[in-house]
Amino acid sequence: MSAVEVSGVTKVFEVRSGRGAATVRALDDVSLTVAEGEFVALIGPSGCGKSTLMRLIADLDEPSSGDVRVFGMPARRARLERAYGIAFQQSGLLPWRTVRANVELPLQLHGAPAADRRARADELIELVGLTEFADRHPDQLSGGMQQRVAIARALAEHPRLLLMDEPFGALDEMTRERLQGELLRIRAETGAAVVFVTHSIPEAVFLADRVVVMSPRPGRITDTVAVERAPIAAGPADDAVRETDAFFRSVTAVREALHGREGAAPRGAEAR
Amino acid sequence: MTEHRTAQQRPAQTRPAQPWIDQGWVRIAAPAALGAAALVAWEVAVTALDIQPYLLPAPTAILAQLQAALGGIVAAALATGRNAALGLLLGAVAAVVVAALASRVRWLDQVVAPLVAAIAVVPIVALAPVLQTMYGATSEMPRIIVVAIASFVPVFITTLRGLRQVRPVHRDLMRAYGATGWQATRVVTLPGAVPFVFAGVTIASSVAVISAVVAEYFGGLQNGLGSRIASAAAQSGYSRAWAYVVAAIVLGLVFYGVTLVVERIASRWARVPVT
Repeated sequence: MSAVEVSGVTKVFEVRSGRGAATVRALDDVSLTVAEGEFVALIGPSGCGKSTLMRLIADLDEPSSGDVRVFGMPARRARLERAYGIAFQQSGLLPWRTVRANVELPLQLHGAPAADRRARADELIELVGLTEFADRHPDQLSGGMQQRVAIARALAEHPRLLLMDEPFGALDEMTRERLQGELLRIRAETGAAVVFVTHSIPEAVFLADRVVVMSPRPGRITDTVAVERAPIAAGPADDAVRETDAFFRSVTAVREALHGREGAAPRGAEAR
Repeated sequence: MTEHRTAQQRPAQTRPAQPWIDQGWVRIAAPAALGAAALVAWEVAVTALDIQPYLLPAPTAILAQLQAALGGIVAAALATGRNAALGLLLGAVAAVVVAALASRVRWLDQVVAPLVAAIAVVPIVALAPVLQTMYGATSEMPRIIVVAIASFVPVFITTLRGLRQVRPVHRDLMRAYGATGWQATRVVTLPGAVPFVFAGVTIASSVAVISAVVAEYFGGLQNGLGSRIASAAAQSGYSRAWAYVVAAIVLGLVFYGVTLVVERIASRWARVPVT
């Protein structure tokens, strides 16, 4: 069974502007399968529908037509059965709650006993390396730390699928690279499938097994690039991976898929 | 942990040299000096221009009355303050409950909005005598109700504004967790609105004291500041009337100060920067 099965999905938004009601095809007949444990990055310029696609998988929006299944269940049932964990570009932490209470939030909403909640939260806070900050409030943390709390919260209920919408998009480059490494480690420990929305080519290549390239107006999947993994011995030495020829080859492959191959019309300019 | 950054370590906290106008003692001393100068000018003007007491009594005369009748003034201030406090509490609780319902139930919002607009323009002066007759002359209830109605509106408006300020990311999260509407209200919406509630209470605090004083002008028990001001003025006790007015001002300031402190505490709890 695949983690995510999107088949023939179209999403049309009604945009009320001025006096006319225009429609925007955010997604046009999109199909995508994500295997269990697979890390898939969705990449494309603004307006290509990559976030919309993730929101449909999460059942935060409903498709105009087509079918979305998560672990074989309709998206709505998967959401209600907490089949996935989710993180956004904004951490979305509740400012009046401590780090620990924020991580406990989903467990609390689903009626887990207080002792279990606390134990699980402490475990996750340790996983993201914030043990000494468990009793702090979000405004006492840096942006990168807040995002780590959000990831811990997404993992609270042992999801086998993680949905992430540009979770590192608002961070500086150094923090971003460090968190990418941490995400890979966490993902290796949990074995969860990941759907990761990004507009950064190196980020997509570094993280994903497969990069799905999308284009706007209407939102479509135009290409899929399987990422080459350099055979690096024992443990992910992040910087070493980023400097391999395999990494550069994959970056080039994704860039060409995004901008159109040599000889083809330069769609990249228009895509901006 | 190089990312470590806490509130205590921000450089802005080290306080560089401030201009003299911003220094703590100046900010207290300057208004105090202005107030004292105004009082001296008032005293001099009353004496020099030979102003009659029924027009304007001298500050020293008012002070003498304050000293002479201090026990009675304090008792009257407590009676009025009790009405104001109970009415404020009643109005604020009702406002929060109705605002929470209105933010959750769409049709209720549409029903309540015009009613609140109607309540907002109810003149306290018009309502007080009516309630006085309803409850009889020996009840504090009409005064408490007048205060509650006057306090309801500002608290309702700010609370509803706070309840509607849910960030989209929080709404998405609550949906992703399959939270029920009431769960979302309890966990995200209401806590986020707490600073707004107390901002409304701070605004309502002054209104509450004014309403409590004014409600006493229309008969009933003769125990509060409003009734004492009215009777002193009627008996040509102008300095005494002014002494009670001073007490009403102090009572209003106490209410405002206390609610302001509570508002600060609420903002700190909710981690909202105080503006």
